[in-house]
Amino acid sequence: MSIVRAVDENQPDREPRFGFWRRAYAMVVKEFIQLRRDRVSFGMIVMIPVMQLLLFGFAINTTPRHMPTAVLLQEESDLARSVLKALENTAYFRFTREVHDVEEFDDLLMSGKVLFGVEIPRGFERAVRRGERPALLVAADATDPVAAGAALGSLGTLVQTALAHDLFAGDPPALPFEIRAHARYNPAASSRLNIVPGLVGTILTMTMLIFTALSVTREVERGTMESLLSMPIRPVEVMFGKIIPYVLVGFIQAFLILSIGVLMFGVPVLGSLVMLALLSTLFITTNLSIGYTFSTLAQNQLQAMQLSIMFFLPSILLSGFMFPFSGMPVWAQYIGEGLPLTHYLRIVRAIMLKGATLQNLEYDAIALAALMMLAMTIAVTRFRRTLD
Amino acid sequence: MNGVDASNIAIDVKGLTKSFGGREVVHDLSMQVRRGSIYGFLGPNGSGKTTTIRMLCGLLTPDGGEGTCLGYDIRRDAERIKRHVGYMTQRFSLYQDLSVRENLEFVARVYGVPDPRGAAREMIRRLGLSGREDQLAGELSGGWKQRLALGACTLPNPQLLLLDEPTAGVDPKARRDFWNEIHALAADGLTVLVSTHYMDEAERCHEIAYIAYGYLLTHGTVDEVIAKSALTTYTVTGEDLGALGNELAGKPGVDMVAPFGTSLHVSGRDTAALEAAIAPWRDRPSLRWEHSHPSLEDVFIELMSRSRDNFQ
Repeated sequence: MSIVRAVDENQPDREPRFGFWRRAYAMVVKEFIQLRRDRVSFGMIVMIPVMQLLLFGFAINTTPRHMPTAVLLQEESDLARSVLKALENTAYFRFTREVHDVEEFDDLLMSGKVLFGVEIPRGFERAVRRGERPALLVAADATDPVAAGAALGSLGTLVQTALAHDLFAGDPPALPFEIRAHARYNPAASSRLNIVPGLVGTILTMTMLIFTALSVTREVERGTMESLLSMPIRPVEVMFGKIIPYVLVGFIQAFLILSIGVLMFGVPVLGSLVMLALLSTLFITTNLSIGYTFSTLAQNQLQAMQLSIMFFLPSILLSGFMFPFSGMPVWAQYIGEGLPLTHYLRIVRAIMLKGATLQNLEYDAIALAALMMLAMTIAVTRFRRTLD
Repeated sequence: MNGVDASNIAIDVKGLTKSFGGREVVHDLSMQVRRGSIYGFLGPNGSGKTTTIRMLCGLLTPDGGEGTCLGYDIRRDAERIKRHVGYMTQRFSLYQDLSVRENLEFVARVYGVPDPRGAAREMIRRLGLSGREDQLAGELSGGWKQRLALGACTLPNPQLLLLDEPTAGVDPKARRDFWNEIHALAADGLTVLVSTHYMDEAERCHEIAYIAYGYLLTHGTVDEVIAKSALTTYTVTGEDLGALGNELAGKPGVDMVAPFGTSLHVSGRDTAALEAAIAPWRDRPSLRWEHSHPSLEDVFIELMSRSRDNFQ
């Protein structure tokens, strides 16, 4: 049977009616069919808006409460207990650590394990009785001015109200002691000091993910994978081959962003530059490994891009870049701990603004390395050695 | 294959089976390929040639069956097989955005060839690609791409070449050159398994196998395959062969009618039945009947139509 139909010569060669709409309609039908076949894209239509909105709507809170706070208690007295209780009643503070010397107190703030520290000096109660107005120190990690600001700002009045019942009958007079708020690391509460180091991490996350997320799917789509798989090269070798060039690219990028931050925005680098470079390289490699993992999981380049976006959005919103980490509910903080950006933000802010050392940042550095190893393991096991 | 000891066999597989999504693409396939020979792999599109080749070089895991390739187990030693096999894919699969030289150097490095730059330079010279070494592979014409692909898979000095329809879409001159090259490589002791649709190429192979619908239907030298077919063929020349062909087709005893230019090939498995069927036309003065040998193509088309009856 011939598949070529004879040309009907009586049919005049005329533009059909509604030609524009018919052809556009044909295209619409085809696009819908293709969209329905592409399960991942279809899922994204629902997942991205609903999940992200619910997730971030509940998780984001710009006036964080119950922030981790250390107490340096130099005397055990009823008044001291009352003051601490009053502080806790403001709902801003949650006492997570009790320390006994100043060094430990400083270390906790430096490493970011607590955001606030309250010091009640020795002889506090006696000084109050004598009317000496002793000083109560409230130190805040002000690298994130949003997180620290509200708590510090309302400290005086809140404590006064809370103490009213305990100490005085009737209208509370002025406090018999002084609350000395100390915004450490960023005394001017400049949000620029917080945002510029954060941008280093955010920009690196975005660019690094995309560099490697397309690397394996591209080989599959261009047909070069078949050739590559027939060669004696192992999955780990392919992975390192695809990651290493971008470590260098990422390093150059990090250098550029940091230089601009320091030169144009006046952000200091108080800690060791070498340490910053080393941990940045670790962070870059972690992101590249995650991008590469997406590449081995995705069927095509579009899916790889979608996975990257799915990862990038929470990274911005739940890592402490845009909104204070301590303001998020605990479940959101757990998600945040699984994101490399969360750890890198702590590292980069601590090194640049606080002059932190590796000892202060041990936990975050180990977390980054663990995430990198996890991603690499998934990538190597998921890499298809055959075309099966 | 009498008197051939195992060390002389490059490919020895038994009962290979592979399914995709419940559809069996290769069925119980067994074959032996002698070292240093050119083995032609023929069959219609979708017959399982590519799948078989991919199983031989470890790109696909067989669902059933076993065997060795260059003495290595195809299931367990895929990594070792890859080191000694050059696989030329049906679709050009080198990097289009790398130059000729960069592609060759990449291959040389992956295989651990000493002095990859020198090896690439030497290969460019051998391929006659001098002057084009810095051209991007994607910009080469079909014939040059195919030469480059052959060069890339012979560069690491493999013992076995698997070529999947290497000459599809290549002009006759380039095809001729390509086959001369393959014969030269085989003369050096390289084993070549090549899949093709072209009958003239099949005839340039030492041995051929015909595969359709996943079944290996016949194998041997070209003469053996023709002899085994037991097909009787008459070549008819004369007037109005088109009408004759239409009348003969489907008659009992006539298994195949195929026009060849100014002649018509009429073939049947049963000589007596065929002669009975054509008897009414034998004495027409306008036609000249000649008892002839079937061509390889006659044999294959007959095999294909027979296998379609059996397996579909």
